[in-house]
Amino acid sequence: MTETLAAGRPTDTDAVPAIRLRKLTKVFGDTVAVNAVDLDIRQGEFFSMLGPSGSGKTTVLRLIAGFELPTSGSVELEGKDVTGMAPFERDLNTVFQDYALFPHMSLIDNVAYGLRVRGMPRKERHERAREALERVQLGKFVGRKPAQLSGGQRQRVALARALVVQPKVLLLDEPLGALDLKLRQQMQVELKELQRSLGITFIFVTHDQEEALTMSDRIGVFNNGSLEQIGTAHEIYERPGGAFVANFVGTSNIFDAAHAQKLYGRAEQVCIRPERLRLSWTAAPEPRAGVTSCPGTVTSLVYVGHATQVRVQLDDGPAVVVLAPETLPGGDAELLDRRVTVSWDDDAAVWLPSHGS
Amino acid sequence: MALQTQHPAPGASPAASTVPRPKANKVSALLHRSPRLRLAGLITAPAGWLVLVYIAALAALLITAFWTVDTFTGKVSTVWTTDNLVTVLTDPVYQRITLRTLWIAIAVTVIDLVLALPMAFFIAKVASVRWQKLLVVAVLMPLWASYLVKAYAWRNVLADGGLLEWLGAPIGLESPGYGETAVILTLSYIWLPFMILPIYAGFDRVPDSLLEASSDLGAKPLTTVRLVVFPLLVPSIIAGTIFTFSLSLGDYITAQIVGGTTQMLGTVVYANVGAANNLPFAAAVSLVPIAIITLYLFIVRRTGALNSL
Repeated sequence: MTETLAAGRPTDTDAVPAIRLRKLTKVFGDTVAVNAVDLDIRQGEFFSMLGPSGSGKTTVLRLIAGFELPTSGSVELEGKDVTGMAPFERDLNTVFQDYALFPHMSLIDNVAYGLRVRGMPRKERHERAREALERVQLGKFVGRKPAQLSGGQRQRVALARALVVQPKVLLLDEPLGALDLKLRQQMQVELKELQRSLGITFIFVTHDQEEALTMSDRIGVFNNGSLEQIGTAHEIYERPGGAFVANFVGTSNIFDAAHAQKLYGRAEQVCIRPERLRLSWTAAPEPRAGVTSCPGTVTSLVYVGHATQVRVQLDDGPAVVVLAPETLPGGDAELLDRRVTVSWDDDAAVWLPSHGS
Repeated sequence: MALQTQHPAPGASPAASTVPRPKANKVSALLHRSPRLRLAGLITAPAGWLVLVYIAALAALLITAFWTVDTFTGKVSTVWTTDNLVTVLTDPVYQRITLRTLWIAIAVTVIDLVLALPMAFFIAKVASVRWQKLLVVAVLMPLWASYLVKAYAWRNVLADGGLLEWLGAPIGLESPGYGETAVILTLSYIWLPFMILPIYAGFDRVPDSLLEASSDLGAKPLTTVRLVVFPLLVPSIIAGTIFTFSLSLGDYITAQIVGGTTQMLGTVVYANVGAANNLPFAAAVSLVPIAIITLYLFIVRRTGALNSL
């Protein structure tokens, strides 16, 4: 593996990072789950770890929480080395993917659990747990058992339980994965608002690129146990650091080195987002400076509500997807196999460093 | 890339290209339409067995306890009397035997519980999947051997100059000899699998994430065991104790083989059915363990431990 792009770059300020990972490596048997990850997560930031399943993002989270011990490398929490510490010695908390609520305890006992094991008197801890449950709109369910709640409600209890002990960092392991789309979108907004109002560092693991893009201050994209790219949502989407990121985050049209050589005289992969491509149904090229046009044939049309994804096989290039927001000049049958021209502004093209593929 | 379903061309031979249709089955179709018939077919046999063989036998036992034996002819006479029960409950000999049996059953249950908890924890949560299977088989293995063989094996172990004495001699331990302690040791051995299996199943049902969550929230391992693991295991532990407790309460074979002169309720029943030829009195004695178990289940239910089953 080559070095990770933009990783381990010192933070802009002198502040101690909330979490600092150095050459963090975890090997299970003969699989390298996490491969020498360097990462600084800033204080008070909403950081997402994004990647397909098996990319090592959850393992990194478990290494930070202390559920797994690294094969090598170190974990620092606010400048303090916690690498070999047990989970109960680390001042951070986790919201689990399955919520992990204690089934034999009522909601208030679940939320008060962290305070209870810290030795807080019953009256005070129940008071705080009640407040925490009210903050997540579950104040009237304090006596219920987790089994009597819906998925979304359980999720809120898990959140209240983790936050009531005032951790320095909150780890969230795909907490919205089990919810339906509407609820998920609602919880995304609520989580983001909660994080902003509390000012706690959130580390959010997800495989949903849209979720990561909408919620995060910064995103780390994982692939095969390594960090491919770290950046803001804007940077990740507009300037993907490699073919993997370009493909995993959103849809990308990637021209390989040979095609790029013909178009631009530069033998490197280049990527253009579907919404940056324009389609001319009359096959008219745009003869302006700074615009590139390619002729091609329409091979399929997929209506996605706000637009239509038109797949075009370029005569001298790959098949590309164009997002056409306008009304199409005819039905699917007429438009299929139609000769068209695809154009784009040259500054929409992103050169992909070859090492990322 | 459109996925196309292939239909045979009109001219093609149908025999070569058609998929066989499911065969019609009138009985299955009838059962599918009638849920009542389905249910009846399913439970008639087990329900019949339960009522005739199981409940009827228990009722017969209960009735027999209120009969008596004609001392002259030795035949059961169907004259109603509570003498048997009164003797069992008031005679100091039988009171002592009842208390001893109760003590043995409790001791066996506690010993098995103490042994089973760490073993079940290891099998369910520590061992690898491969070892898990092997260990479950290893726990079950003693059940493949005859009860009698195991009891006689322990008789040898406990004998003068037996294995236990040989092992214990260097550290100054002696074999307890045949008696109450021997009965407790042997029964603990024989019933151990019945305690391990339900507790193992209980541990297996506790998701790892609950243990992680507890630790994550700041609980040290022993606190996690006390506040999370133990409460979730209570139903499994009770299931195990019901097995070991009731099996010990009714035992008579082990008491005879390694018990020396130790009398248990089971040996009293055995003696009265056999040598004394007093079936009604044996029935009366056997009602004692039934009453104790019923009481135990009642207490367990009252504590609410079975609510989360």
